[in-house]
Amino acid sequence: MAKGVWIVAEQRDGALRKVSFELASTARKLADQLGEEVGAVLCGSGVEAMAAELAKYGVDKVYVADNAALEPYTTDAHATAVAKIVKENDPAILFLGASAQGKDLSASLVGKLATGMATDCTDVKIADGKLCAIRPMYAGKCFGEIVIDAFPQMASLRPNVFPIVECAKAGEVVKFDAGLGEAKTKVAEVLKEAAGKIDVAEANIIVSGGRGMKGPEGYGILEELAGLLGAAVGASRAAVDAGWRPQADQVGQTGKVVSPNLYIACGISGAIQHLAGMSSSKYIVAINKDAEAPIFARADYGIVDDLFKVVPALTQEVKKLLA
Amino acid sequence: MNIVACVKQVPDTEAQIKVKGDGSGIEEGGIKWVMNPYDEFGVEEALKLKEKLGGEVTIISMGPARTMETIRTALAMGAEKGIQIDDPALYNADAYATAEALAAAIKGVPYDIIFCGQRAIDDDSAQVGSILAELLGIPQVTFATKLEIDGTAVKATRPIEGAAVVVATSLPCVITATKGLNEPRYASLPGIMKAKKKPVDIKKAADIGVTGASKSKVAKFTPPPARPPGKILCADDTPEGKAAELAKLLREEAKVI
Repeated sequence: MAKGVWIVAEQRDGALRKVSFELASTARKLADQLGEEVGAVLCGSGVEAMAAELAKYGVDKVYVADNAALEPYTTDAHATAVAKIVKENDPAILFLGASAQGKDLSASLVGKLATGMATDCTDVKIADGKLCAIRPMYAGKCFGEIVIDAFPQMASLRPNVFPIVECAKAGEVVKFDAGLGEAKTKVAEVLKEAAGKIDVAEANIIVSGGRGMKGPEGYGILEELAGLLGAAVGASRAAVDAGWRPQADQVGQTGKVVSPNLYIACGISGAIQHLAGMSSSKYIVAINKDAEAPIFARADYGIVDDLFKVVPALTQEVKKLLA
Repeated sequence: MNIVACVKQVPDTEAQIKVKGDGSGIEEGGIKWVMNPYDEFGVEEALKLKEKLGGEVTIISMGPARTMETIRTALAMGAEKGIQIDDPALYNADAYATAEALAAAIKGVPYDIIFCGQRAIDDDSAQVGSILAELLGIPQVTFATKLEIDGTAVKATRPIEGAAVVVATSLPCVITATKGLNEPRYASLPGIMKAKKKPVDIKKAADIGVTGASKSKVAKFTPPPARPPGKILCADDTPEGKAAELAKLLREEAKVI
Protein backbone atom coordinates (compact mmCIF):
# COMPACT_ATOMS: atom_id res chain seq x y z
CA MET A 1 0.00 0.00 0.00
CA ALA A 2 1.41 3.33 -1.05
CA LYS A 3 2.39 5.41 1.97
CA GLY A 4 4.05 8.74 2.67
CA VAL A 5 3.97 12.26 1.30
CA TRP A 6 7.01 13.01 -0.82
CA ILE A 7 8.42 16.05 -2.53
CA VAL A 8 11.08 16.57 -5.16
CA ALA A 9 13.31 19.34 -3.80
CA GLU A 10 14.54 21.85 -6.37
CA GLN A 11 18.03 23.28 -6.23
CA ARG A 12 20.06 25.35 -8.60
CA ASP A 13 23.66 26.60 -8.42
CA GLY A 14 24.27 25.09 -5.00
CA ALA A 15 21.18 26.39 -3.19
CA LEU A 16 17.68 25.09 -2.59
CA ARG A 17 15.02 27.17 -4.27
CA LYS A 18 12.31 28.73 -2.16
CA VAL A 19 9.62 26.51 -3.67
CA SER A 20 11.34 23.51 -2.04
CA PHE A 21 10.45 24.88 1.42
CA GLU A 22 6.88 25.56 0.28
CA LEU A 23 6.67 21.94 -0.88
CA ALA A 24 8.15 20.59 2.36
CA SER A 25 5.81 22.65 4.56
CA THR A 26 2.75 21.58 2.55
CA ALA A 27 3.80 17.92 2.56
CA ARG A 28 4.30 18.09 6.35
CA LYS A 29 0.79 19.43 6.88
CA LEU A 30 -0.81 16.67 4.79
CA ALA A 31 1.44 13.93 6.21
CA ASP A 32 0.39 14.90 9.74
CA GLN A 33 -3.26 14.55 8.75
CA LEU A 34 -2.53 11.09 7.33
CA GLY A 35 -0.17 10.08 10.16
CA GLU A 36 2.59 9.42 7.62
CA GLU A 37 6.16 10.51 6.94
CA VAL A 38 7.52 13.19 4.63
CA GLY A 39 10.21 12.14 2.18
CA ALA A 40 12.20 14.46 -0.08
CA VAL A 41 14.17 13.51 -3.18
CA LEU A 42 17.25 15.66 -3.70
CA CYS A 43 19.27 15.23 -6.89
CA GLY A 44 22.43 16.97 -7.98
CA SER A 45 26.15 17.10 -7.37
CA GLY A 46 27.46 17.97 -3.88
CA VAL A 47 23.93 18.48 -2.56
CA GLU A 48 23.96 16.38 0.62
CA ALA A 49 24.46 19.39 2.91
CA MET A 50 21.11 20.79 1.73
CA ALA A 51 19.30 17.89 3.42
CA ALA A 52 19.60 19.58 6.82
CA GLU A 53 17.80 22.64 5.46
CA LEU A 54 14.90 20.52 4.25
CA ALA A 55 14.66 18.89 7.69
CA LYS A 56 13.90 22.32 9.19
CA TYR A 57 10.66 22.41 7.24
CA GLY A 58 9.38 19.02 8.25
CA VAL A 59 11.16 16.43 6.11
CA ASP A 60 11.71 13.10 7.88
CA LYS A 61 13.90 11.45 5.25
CA VAL A 62 15.93 12.94 2.45
CA TYR A 63 16.74 10.59 -0.45
CA VAL A 64 19.92 11.95 -1.98
CA ALA A 65 21.31 11.08 -5.41
CA ASP A 66 24.72 12.70 -5.65
CA ASN A 67 26.15 12.33 -9.11
CA ALA A 68 28.06 14.71 -11.38
CA ALA A 69 25.74 13.69 -14.24
CA LEU A 70 22.80 15.25 -12.34
CA GLU A 71 24.33 18.72 -12.65
CA PRO A 72 23.17 20.86 -14.33
CA TYR A 73 19.55 19.70 -14.47
CA THR A 74 18.44 17.64 -17.44
CA THR A 75 14.99 16.12 -17.82
CA ASP A 76 16.07 12.59 -18.52
CA ALA A 77 18.75 12.25 -15.79
CA HIS A 78 16.55 13.73 -13.07
CA ALA A 79 13.39 11.90 -14.16
CA THR A 80 15.32 8.62 -14.25
CA ALA A 81 16.69 9.16 -10.73
CA VAL A 82 13.42 10.32 -9.18
CA ALA A 83 11.33 7.60 -10.86
CA LYS A 84 13.74 4.93 -9.60
CA ILE A 85 13.60 5.94 -5.92
CA VAL A 86 9.84 6.58 -6.06
CA LYS A 87 9.19 3.12 -7.53
CA GLU A 88 11.33 1.53 -4.81
CA ASN A 89 9.48 3.30 -1.98
CA ASP A 90 5.93 3.70 -3.29
CA PRO A 91 4.85 7.02 -1.72
CA ALA A 92 1.12 7.85 -1.80
CA ILE A 93 1.59 11.49 -2.77
CA LEU A 94 4.36 13.28 -4.70
CA PHE A 95 4.66 17.07 -4.92
CA LEU A 96 6.87 19.13 -7.20
CA GLY A 97 7.03 22.87 -7.76
CA ALA A 98 5.23 24.26 -10.80
CA SER A 99 8.44 26.10 -11.69
CA ALA A 100 10.20 25.89 -15.07
CA GLN A 101 12.18 22.87 -13.88
CA GLY A 102 9.36 21.33 -11.86
CA LYS A 103 6.87 21.53 -14.73
CA ASP A 104 9.34 19.81 -17.02
CA LEU A 105 10.37 17.11 -14.54
CA SER A 106 6.89 16.40 -13.19
CA ALA A 107 5.36 15.81 -16.64
CA SER A 108 8.14 13.40 -17.54
CA LEU A 109 7.60 11.57 -14.23
CA VAL A 110 3.89 11.17 -14.96
CA GLY A 111 4.96 9.23 -18.05
CA LYS A 112 7.57 7.13 -16.26
CA LEU A 113 5.32 6.37 -13.29
CA ALA A 114 2.11 5.92 -15.35
CA THR A 115 0.06 8.04 -13.00
CA GLY A 116 -2.00 11.24 -12.91
CA MET A 117 -1.05 14.75 -11.89
CA ALA A 118 -2.77 18.01 -11.07
CA THR A 119 -0.65 20.84 -12.54
CA ASP A 120 0.01 24.24 -10.96
CA CYS A 121 -2.22 23.76 -7.91
CA THR A 122 -3.19 26.61 -5.62
CA ASP A 123 -4.52 24.38 -2.82
CA VAL A 124 -4.19 20.74 -1.77
CA LYS A 125 -6.04 18.82 0.92
CA ILE A 126 -6.83 15.33 2.08
CA ALA A 127 -10.40 14.09 1.60
CA ASP A 128 -11.35 10.50 2.50
CA GLY A 129 -7.68 9.61 2.81
CA LYS A 130 -6.97 10.76 -0.74
CA LEU A 131 -5.37 13.81 -2.25
CA CYS A 132 -7.77 16.47 -3.51
CA ALA A 133 -5.89 19.09 -5.54
CA ILE A 134 -7.41 22.43 -6.48
CA ARG A 135 -6.11 24.18 -9.53
CA PRO A 136 -7.00 26.98 -11.91
CA MET A 137 -8.03 25.85 -15.39
CA TYR A 138 -8.54 27.99 -18.49
CA ALA A 139 -5.83 30.20 -16.91
CA GLY A 140 -8.07 30.82 -13.91
CA LYS A 141 -11.40 31.36 -15.65
CA CYS A 142 -12.56 28.36 -13.62
CA PHE A 143 -11.13 25.97 -11.03
CA GLY A 144 -11.05 22.17 -10.91
CA GLU A 145 -10.87 19.72 -8.03
CA ILE A 146 -8.66 16.88 -9.18
CA VAL A 147 -8.59 13.34 -7.80
CA ILE A 148 -6.10 10.75 -8.94
CA ASP A 149 -6.81 7.02 -9.11
CA ALA A 150 -3.19 5.87 -9.35
CA PHE A 151 -0.05 6.14 -7.20
CA PRO A 152 1.76 8.28 -6.51
CA GLN A 153 -0.95 10.92 -6.62
CA MET A 154 1.07 13.76 -8.14
CA ALA A 155 0.59 17.49 -7.95
CA SER A 156 2.78 20.42 -8.94
CA LEU A 157 2.29 23.39 -6.63
CA ARG A 158 2.31 26.97 -7.84
CA PRO A 159 5.33 28.84 -6.42
CA ASN A 160 4.65 31.64 -3.93
CA VAL A 161 1.18 30.40 -2.93
CA PHE A 162 1.83 27.83 -0.18
CA PRO A 163 3.10 29.10 3.18
CA ILE A 164 6.53 28.13 4.52
CA VAL A 165 6.29 26.77 8.07
CA GLU A 166 9.27 25.71 10.19
CA CYS A 167 8.89 22.29 11.80
CA ALA A 168 12.18 20.58 12.61
CA LYS A 169 12.41 16.86 11.85
CA ALA A 170 15.28 14.40 11.65
CA GLY A 171 15.96 14.74 7.94
CA GLU A 172 17.74 11.38 7.91
CA VAL A 173 19.86 11.12 4.77
CA VAL A 174 19.32 8.03 2.62
CA LYS A 175 21.74 7.89 -0.31
CA PHE A 176 20.70 6.14 -3.47
CA ASP A 177 22.20 5.35 -6.83
CA ALA A 178 20.51 7.40 -9.57
CA GLY A 179 20.66 4.43 -11.96
CA LEU A 180 21.57 6.64 -14.91
CA GLY A 181 22.16 5.17 -18.34
CA GLU A 182 23.70 6.99 -21.26
CA ALA A 183 22.59 10.63 -21.27
CA LYS A 184 20.02 11.35 -24.00
CA THR A 185 20.11 15.09 -23.41
CA LYS A 186 22.72 17.45 -22.06
CA VAL A 187 22.96 21.15 -21.36
CA ALA A 188 25.11 22.76 -24.04
CA GLU A 189 24.98 26.27 -22.63
CA VAL A 190 23.33 28.42 -19.96
CA LEU A 191 22.36 31.91 -21.07
CA LYS A 192 22.02 34.10 -17.98
CA GLU A 193 19.77 37.11 -18.04
CA ALA A 194 20.62 40.38 -16.36
CA ALA A 195 21.72 39.65 -12.80
CA GLY A 196 19.05 40.15 -10.18
CA LYS A 197 16.15 40.10 -12.60
CA ILE A 198 13.10 38.62 -10.88
CA ASP A 199 10.87 36.29 -12.89
CA VAL A 200 7.19 37.25 -12.90
CA ALA A 201 6.26 33.67 -11.97
CA GLU A 202 8.28 33.92 -8.74
CA ALA A 203 7.72 37.54 -7.75
CA ASN A 204 5.87 38.66 -4.62
CA ILE A 205 5.05 41.94 -6.31
CA ILE A 206 4.55 42.58 -10.03
CA VAL A 207 4.39 46.01 -11.64
CA SER A 208 2.88 45.38 -15.04
CA GLY A 209 2.38 47.60 -18.07
CA GLY A 210 0.17 47.35 -21.14
CA ARG A 211 -0.65 49.28 -24.26
CA GLY A 212 -1.07 52.42 -22.17
CA MET A 213 2.73 52.54 -21.66
CA LYS A 214 2.81 53.89 -25.26
CA GLY A 215 6.18 52.31 -26.11
CA PRO A 216 9.21 50.47 -24.71
CA GLU A 217 10.64 53.67 -23.21
CA GLY A 218 7.51 54.09 -21.07
CA TYR A 219 8.57 51.12 -18.94
CA GLY A 220 11.39 53.11 -17.32
CA ILE A 221 8.99 54.41 -14.64
CA LEU A 222 7.76 50.89 -13.95
CA GLU A 223 11.33 49.58 -13.68
CA GLU A 224 12.09 52.30 -11.13
CA LEU A 225 9.06 51.50 -8.98
CA ALA A 226 9.72 47.75 -9.30
CA GLY A 227 13.34 48.24 -8.27
CA LEU A 228 12.24 49.97 -5.05
CA LEU A 229 9.67 47.28 -4.23
CA GLY A 230 11.84 44.30 -5.17
CA ALA A 231 9.21 43.56 -7.79
CA ALA A 232 9.24 42.00 -11.24
CA VAL A 233 8.06 43.98 -14.26
CA GLY A 234 5.30 42.23 -16.19
CA ALA A 235 3.59 43.03 -19.47
CA SER A 236 0.32 42.43 -21.27
CA ARG A 237 0.09 40.49 -24.51
CA ALA A 238 -0.37 43.72 -26.45
CA ALA A 239 2.93 45.06 -25.12
CA VAL A 240 4.80 41.82 -25.84
CA ASP A 241 3.32 41.44 -29.31
CA ALA A 242 4.33 45.02 -30.07
CA GLY A 243 7.91 44.02 -29.19
CA TRP A 244 8.13 46.40 -26.23
CA ARG A 245 8.89 43.71 -23.64
CA PRO A 246 10.37 40.17 -23.67
CA GLN A 247 8.03 37.19 -23.98
CA ALA A 248 9.17 35.85 -20.59
CA ASP A 249 7.44 38.84 -18.94
CA GLN A 250 3.98 38.26 -20.45
CA VAL A 251 1.18 37.72 -17.95
CA GLY A 252 -2.06 36.12 -19.14
CA GLN A 253 -3.59 33.05 -20.71
CA THR A 254 -0.89 32.80 -23.38
CA GLY A 255 1.84 33.91 -21.01
CA LYS A 256 2.43 33.24 -17.34
CA VAL A 257 -0.38 32.77 -14.87
CA VAL A 258 0.69 34.52 -11.67
CA SER A 259 -0.42 34.87 -8.05
CA PRO A 260 1.69 37.57 -6.40
CA ASN A 261 0.75 39.38 -3.18
CA LEU A 262 0.44 42.60 -5.14
CA TYR A 263 -0.20 43.17 -8.84
CA ILE A 264 -0.03 46.76 -10.07
CA ALA A 265 -1.57 47.02 -13.55
CA CYS A 266 -0.57 50.19 -15.36
CA GLY A 267 -2.19 51.12 -18.65
CA ILE A 268 -3.73 47.66 -18.94
CA SER A 269 -7.38 47.69 -19.98
CA GLY A 270 -8.02 44.13 -18.83
CA ALA A 271 -8.69 41.79 -21.74
CA ILE A 272 -10.27 38.53 -20.55
CA GLN A 273 -7.10 36.57 -21.31
CA HIS A 274 -5.04 38.99 -19.17
CA LEU A 275 -7.50 39.04 -16.27
CA ALA A 276 -7.45 35.23 -16.27
CA GLY A 277 -3.70 35.25 -15.76
CA MET A 278 -3.57 37.57 -12.74
CA SER A 279 -6.95 37.43 -10.98
CA SER A 280 -5.65 35.14 -8.25
CA SER A 281 -3.25 37.87 -7.07
CA LYS A 282 -3.88 38.77 -3.44
CA TYR A 283 -4.18 42.52 -4.06
CA ILE A 284 -4.71 44.16 -7.43
CA VAL A 285 -4.12 47.83 -8.20
CA ALA A 286 -5.25 49.34 -11.50
CA ILE A 287 -3.96 52.64 -12.83
CA ASN A 288 -5.64 53.66 -16.05
CA LYS A 289 -6.99 56.80 -17.69
CA ASP A 290 -10.13 55.04 -18.89
CA ALA A 291 -12.64 54.76 -16.02
CA GLU A 292 -14.57 52.15 -18.06
CA ALA A 293 -11.59 49.76 -18.41
CA PRO A 294 -12.59 46.21 -17.31
CA ILE A 295 -9.47 45.97 -15.13
CA PHE A 296 -11.19 48.19 -12.52
CA ALA A 297 -13.80 45.48 -11.89
CA ARG A 298 -11.01 43.20 -10.59
CA ALA A 299 -8.99 45.84 -8.75
CA ASP A 300 -8.94 46.28 -4.98
CA TYR A 301 -7.65 49.82 -5.50
CA GLY A 302 -8.19 51.79 -8.66
CA ILE A 303 -6.80 55.10 -9.80
CA VAL A 304 -8.40 56.78 -12.81
CA ASP A 305 -5.69 59.12 -14.01
CA ASP A 306 -2.63 59.51 -16.21
CA LEU A 307 -0.23 56.73 -15.26
CA PHE A 308 2.75 58.82 -16.37
CA LYS A 309 1.91 61.19 -13.49
CA VAL A 310 0.63 58.66 -10.95
CA VAL A 311 3.46 56.11 -11.18
CA PRO A 312 6.34 58.56 -10.56
CA ALA A 313 4.32 60.06 -7.68
CA LEU A 314 3.76 56.58 -6.27
CA THR A 315 7.49 55.89 -6.55
CA GLN A 316 8.17 59.04 -4.50
CA GLU A 317 5.62 57.97 -1.86
CA VAL A 318 7.13 54.48 -1.65
CA LYS A 319 10.59 56.03 -1.26
CA LYS A 320 9.30 58.01 1.70
CA LEU A 321 7.71 54.92 3.25
CA LEU A 322 10.84 52.83 2.86
CA ALA A 323 13.19 55.59 4.03
CA MET B 1 12.08 14.40 -42.81
CA ASN B 2 8.90 13.01 -41.28
CA ILE B 3 7.37 15.52 -38.95
CA VAL B 4 4.38 15.11 -36.67
CA ALA B 5 2.58 18.04 -35.02
CA CYS B 6 -0.02 17.36 -32.33
CA VAL B 7 -2.76 19.94 -32.03
CA LYS B 8 -5.75 20.49 -29.78
CA GLN B 9 -8.90 22.48 -30.33
CA VAL B 10 -9.58 24.83 -27.42
CA PRO B 11 -11.86 27.78 -26.59
CA ASP B 12 -10.54 31.11 -27.91
CA THR B 13 -8.62 33.19 -25.34
CA GLU B 14 -11.41 35.78 -25.32
CA ALA B 15 -14.01 33.14 -24.38
CA GLN B 16 -15.87 33.55 -21.11
CA ILE B 17 -15.88 30.20 -19.32
CA LYS B 18 -19.07 29.28 -17.47
CA VAL B 19 -19.22 26.27 -15.19
CA LYS B 20 -22.27 24.00 -15.54
CA GLY B 21 -24.72 24.20 -12.64
CA ASP B 22 -23.81 20.72 -11.39
CA GLY B 23 -20.05 21.36 -11.60
CA SER B 24 -19.57 18.52 -14.09
CA GLY B 25 -17.91 20.62 -16.75
CA ILE B 26 -18.12 23.90 -18.63
CA GLU B 27 -20.92 25.21 -20.81
CA GLU B 28 -19.80 24.79 -24.42
CA GLY B 29 -22.60 26.81 -26.04
CA GLY B 30 -21.43 30.00 -27.74
CA ILE B 31 -17.73 29.16 -27.49
CA LYS B 32 -15.53 29.96 -30.46
CA TRP B 33 -13.10 27.06 -30.96
CA VAL B 34 -9.57 27.64 -32.21
CA MET B 35 -6.27 25.82 -32.49
CA ASN B 36 -4.43 25.95 -29.16
CA PRO B 37 -2.05 28.93 -29.58
CA TYR B 38 0.99 26.94 -28.34
CA ASP B 39 0.23 24.20 -30.87
CA GLU B 40 0.28 26.84 -33.63
CA PHE B 41 3.94 27.47 -32.77
CA GLY B 42 4.53 23.72 -33.13
CA VAL B 43 2.78 23.55 -36.51
CA GLU B 44 4.70 26.59 -37.76
CA GLU B 45 8.03 25.09 -36.69
CA ALA B 46 7.08 21.80 -38.36
CA LEU B 47 6.32 23.64 -41.62
CA LYS B 48 9.55 25.64 -41.46
CA LEU B 49 11.56 22.45 -40.98
CA LYS B 50 9.81 20.78 -43.89
CA GLU B 51 10.48 23.79 -46.11
CA LYS B 52 14.15 23.67 -45.18
CA LEU B 53 14.80 19.94 -45.17
CA GLY B 54 12.00 18.43 -47.23
CA GLY B 55 9.59 15.74 -46.10
CA GLU B 56 6.04 15.93 -44.86
CA VAL B 57 4.03 17.09 -41.90
CA THR B 58 1.32 14.94 -40.33
CA ILE B 59 -1.17 16.60 -37.98
CA ILE B 60 -2.66 14.53 -35.16
CA SER B 61 -5.53 15.70 -33.02
CA MET B 62 -7.89 14.08 -30.58
CA GLY B 63 -11.40 15.33 -29.99
CA PRO B 64 -15.02 15.31 -31.16
CA ALA B 65 -16.23 16.03 -34.71
CA ARG B 66 -15.60 19.80 -34.45
CA THR B 67 -11.86 19.04 -34.07
CA MET B 68 -11.74 18.45 -37.84
CA GLU B 69 -11.85 22.25 -38.35
CA THR B 70 -8.61 22.63 -36.42
CA ILE B 71 -6.95 19.83 -38.39
CA ARG B 72 -8.07 21.53 -41.61
CA THR B 73 -6.61 24.81 -40.39
CA ALA B 74 -3.22 23.13 -39.93
CA LEU B 75 -3.53 21.51 -43.37
CA ALA B 76 -4.38 24.93 -44.82
CA MET B 77 -1.22 26.32 -43.22
CA GLY B 78 0.68 23.71 -45.24
CA ALA B 79 0.68 20.30 -43.56
CA GLU B 80 0.18 17.25 -45.80
CA LYS B 81 -2.22 14.98 -43.94
CA GLY B 82 -4.10 14.49 -40.73
CA ILE B 83 -5.19 11.90 -38.22
CA GLN B 84 -8.19 12.55 -35.99
CA ILE B 85 -8.78 10.35 -32.96
CA ASP B 86 -12.48 10.68 -32.24
CA ASP B 87 -14.04 8.39 -29.67
CA PRO B 88 -16.47 9.27 -26.86
CA ALA B 89 -14.38 7.02 -24.59
CA LEU B 90 -11.61 9.63 -24.90
CA TYR B 91 -13.63 12.86 -24.56
CA ASN B 92 -12.69 13.29 -20.91
CA ALA B 93 -9.23 11.76 -21.23
CA ASP B 94 -6.61 13.08 -18.81
CA ALA B 95 -3.05 13.88 -19.85
CA TYR B 96 -1.86 10.28 -19.54
CA ALA B 97 -4.74 8.77 -21.53
CA THR B 98 -4.36 11.52 -24.15
CA ALA B 99 -0.64 10.88 -24.53
CA GLU B 100 -1.31 7.13 -24.69
CA ALA B 101 -3.76 7.62 -27.55
CA LEU B 102 -1.42 9.99 -29.40
CA ALA B 103 1.50 7.59 -28.94
CA ALA B 104 -0.60 4.72 -30.25
CA ALA B 105 -1.64 6.72 -33.32
CA ILE B 106 1.93 7.95 -33.93
CA LYS B 107 3.30 4.40 -33.88
CA GLY B 108 1.64 3.89 -37.26
CA VAL B 109 3.37 6.95 -38.75
CA PRO B 110 7.08 7.36 -39.54
CA TYR B 111 8.51 10.24 -37.51
CA ASP B 112 11.80 12.01 -36.94
CA ILE B 113 10.47 14.81 -34.76
CA ILE B 114 7.19 15.46 -32.96
CA PHE B 115 5.90 18.90 -32.00
CA CYS B 116 3.37 19.68 -29.28
CA GLY B 117 2.39 22.95 -27.61
CA GLN B 118 3.91 23.36 -24.13
CA ARG B 119 0.38 23.32 -22.76
CA ALA B 120 -3.19 23.58 -23.96
CA ILE B 121 -4.86 26.76 -22.75
CA ASP B 122 -8.01 24.91 -21.64
CA ASP B 123 -6.89 22.34 -19.07
CA ASP B 124 -3.45 23.96 -18.70
CA SER B 125 -1.95 20.61 -17.75
CA ALA B 126 1.41 20.99 -19.57
CA GLN B 127 2.01 17.23 -19.51
CA VAL B 128 1.02 15.58 -22.78
CA GLY B 129 4.20 16.22 -24.79
CA SER B 130 6.43 14.91 -22.00
CA ILE B 131 4.35 11.79 -21.38
CA LEU B 132 4.27 11.16 -25.13
CA ALA B 133 8.09 11.26 -25.25
CA GLU B 134 8.28 8.83 -22.33
CA LEU B 135 5.79 6.42 -23.91
CA LEU B 136 7.68 6.49 -27.21
CA GLY B 137 11.03 6.20 -25.38
CA ILE B 138 12.55 9.25 -27.05
CA PRO B 139 14.14 12.42 -25.62
CA GLN B 140 12.26 15.66 -25.17
CA VAL B 141 12.85 19.35 -24.77
CA THR B 142 9.93 21.31 -23.33
CA PHE B 143 9.07 25.04 -23.59
CA ALA B 144 11.35 25.56 -26.60
CA THR B 145 11.86 29.16 -27.78
CA LYS B 146 14.51 28.30 -30.37
CA LEU B 147 15.30 25.16 -32.33
CA GLU B 148 18.30 24.24 -34.47
CA ILE B 149 18.66 20.93 -36.29
CA ASP B 150 21.87 19.77 -37.93
CA GLY B 151 21.69 16.22 -39.27
CA THR B 152 20.32 14.29 -36.29
CA ALA B 153 21.74 16.75 -33.75
CA VAL B 154 19.14 18.95 -32.03
CA LYS B 155 19.72 22.11 -30.02
CA ALA B 156 16.74 23.71 -28.33
CA THR B 157 16.62 26.72 -26.04
CA ARG B 158 14.25 26.72 -23.07
CA PRO B 159 13.72 29.59 -20.64
CA ILE B 160 14.05 28.95 -16.91
CA GLU B 161 13.61 31.53 -14.15
CA GLY B 162 16.14 34.29 -14.79
CA ALA B 163 18.05 32.41 -17.52
CA ALA B 164 17.72 30.20 -20.57
CA VAL B 165 19.26 26.79 -21.15
CA VAL B 166 20.39 25.40 -24.49
CA VAL B 167 19.67 21.67 -24.44
CA ALA B 168 21.43 19.32 -26.86
CA THR B 169 19.82 16.04 -27.87
CA SER B 170 19.21 14.02 -31.02
CA LEU B 171 16.44 12.92 -33.34
CA PRO B 172 13.93 11.45 -32.97
CA CYS B 173 12.60 13.62 -30.17
CA VAL B 174 9.60 15.54 -28.88
CA ILE B 175 9.75 19.34 -28.78
CA THR B 176 7.08 21.31 -26.92
CA ALA B 177 6.72 24.81 -28.31
CA THR B 178 6.20 28.06 -26.49
CA LYS B 179 5.81 31.69 -27.48
CA GLY B 180 8.98 33.07 -29.01
CA LEU B 181 9.74 30.03 -31.18
CA ASN B 182 8.30 31.65 -34.31
CA GLU B 183 5.42 33.70 -35.71
CA PRO B 184 2.74 31.30 -36.95
CA ARG B 185 1.60 31.98 -40.51
CA TYR B 186 -2.00 32.50 -41.51
CA ALA B 187 -3.60 30.04 -43.90
CA SER B 188 -3.78 31.47 -47.43
CA LEU B 189 -6.95 31.22 -49.50
CA PRO B 190 -5.38 28.69 -51.93
CA GLY B 191 -4.13 26.84 -48.84
CA ILE B 192 -7.66 26.64 -47.47
CA MET B 193 -8.96 25.33 -50.81
CA LYS B 194 -6.21 22.70 -51.03
CA ALA B 195 -6.73 21.64 -47.40
CA LYS B 196 -10.24 20.44 -48.21
CA LYS B 197 -8.80 17.68 -50.41
CA LYS B 198 -5.98 16.59 -48.12
CA PRO B 199 -6.43 13.18 -46.46
CA VAL B 200 -7.55 12.93 -42.84
CA ASP B 201 -7.80 9.51 -41.26
CA ILE B 202 -10.42 9.18 -38.51
CA LYS B 203 -9.67 6.59 -35.86
CA LYS B 204 -11.59 5.12 -32.92
CA ALA B 205 -9.94 4.05 -29.69
CA ALA B 206 -10.19 0.41 -30.75
CA ASP B 207 -8.44 1.16 -34.07
CA ILE B 208 -5.33 2.27 -32.22
CA GLY B 209 -5.70 -0.24 -29.39
CA VAL B 210 -6.35 2.05 -26.41
CA THR B 211 -9.18 1.98 -23.87
CA GLY B 212 -9.08 5.64 -22.86
CA ALA B 213 -8.81 4.86 -19.14
CA SER B 214 -7.64 7.99 -17.31
CA LYS B 215 -5.46 8.12 -14.20
CA SER B 216 -7.00 11.34 -12.91
CA LYS B 217 -10.25 13.23 -13.22
CA VAL B 218 -11.74 16.60 -12.50
CA ALA B 219 -14.19 15.67 -9.74
CA LYS B 220 -15.73 19.11 -9.76
CA PHE B 221 -15.47 22.36 -11.69
CA THR B 222 -16.06 25.60 -9.78
CA PRO B 223 -16.16 29.25 -10.81
CA PRO B 224 -13.20 31.33 -9.59
CA PRO B 225 -13.64 32.81 -6.11
CA ALA B 226 -15.40 36.18 -6.32
CA ARG B 227 -13.30 39.24 -5.57
CA PRO B 228 -14.74 41.77 -3.16
CA PRO B 229 -15.60 45.09 -4.85
CA GLY B 230 -12.65 47.44 -4.93
CA LYS B 231 -12.45 51.16 -4.35
CA ILE B 232 -11.59 53.98 -6.69
CA LEU B 233 -9.21 56.35 -4.91
CA CYS B 234 -10.32 59.95 -5.09
CA ALA B 235 -9.70 61.55 -1.69
CA ASP B 236 -7.64 64.10 -3.56
CA ASP B 237 -8.10 64.91 -7.22
CA THR B 238 -4.42 65.24 -8.15
CA PRO B 239 -2.24 62.34 -9.37
CA GLU B 240 0.08 63.02 -6.41
CA GLY B 241 -2.79 62.87 -3.94
CA LYS B 242 -4.11 59.62 -5.37
CA ALA B 243 -0.62 58.11 -5.34
CA ALA B 244 -0.18 59.09 -1.69
CA GLU B 245 -3.54 57.55 -0.79
CA LEU B 246 -2.60 54.34 -2.63
CA ALA B 247 0.80 54.06 -0.92
CA LYS B 248 -0.87 54.49 2.46
CA LEU B 249 -3.50 51.80 1.74
CA LEU B 250 -0.91 49.35 0.43
CA ARG B 251 1.16 49.84 3.56
CA GLU B 252 -1.53 50.08 6.25
CA GLU B 253 -4.58 48.21 4.93
CA ALA B 254 -3.22 45.59 2.52
CA LYS B 255 0.17 45.40 4.28
CA VAL B 256 1.89 44.36 1.08
CA ILE B 257 4.66 46.97 0.87
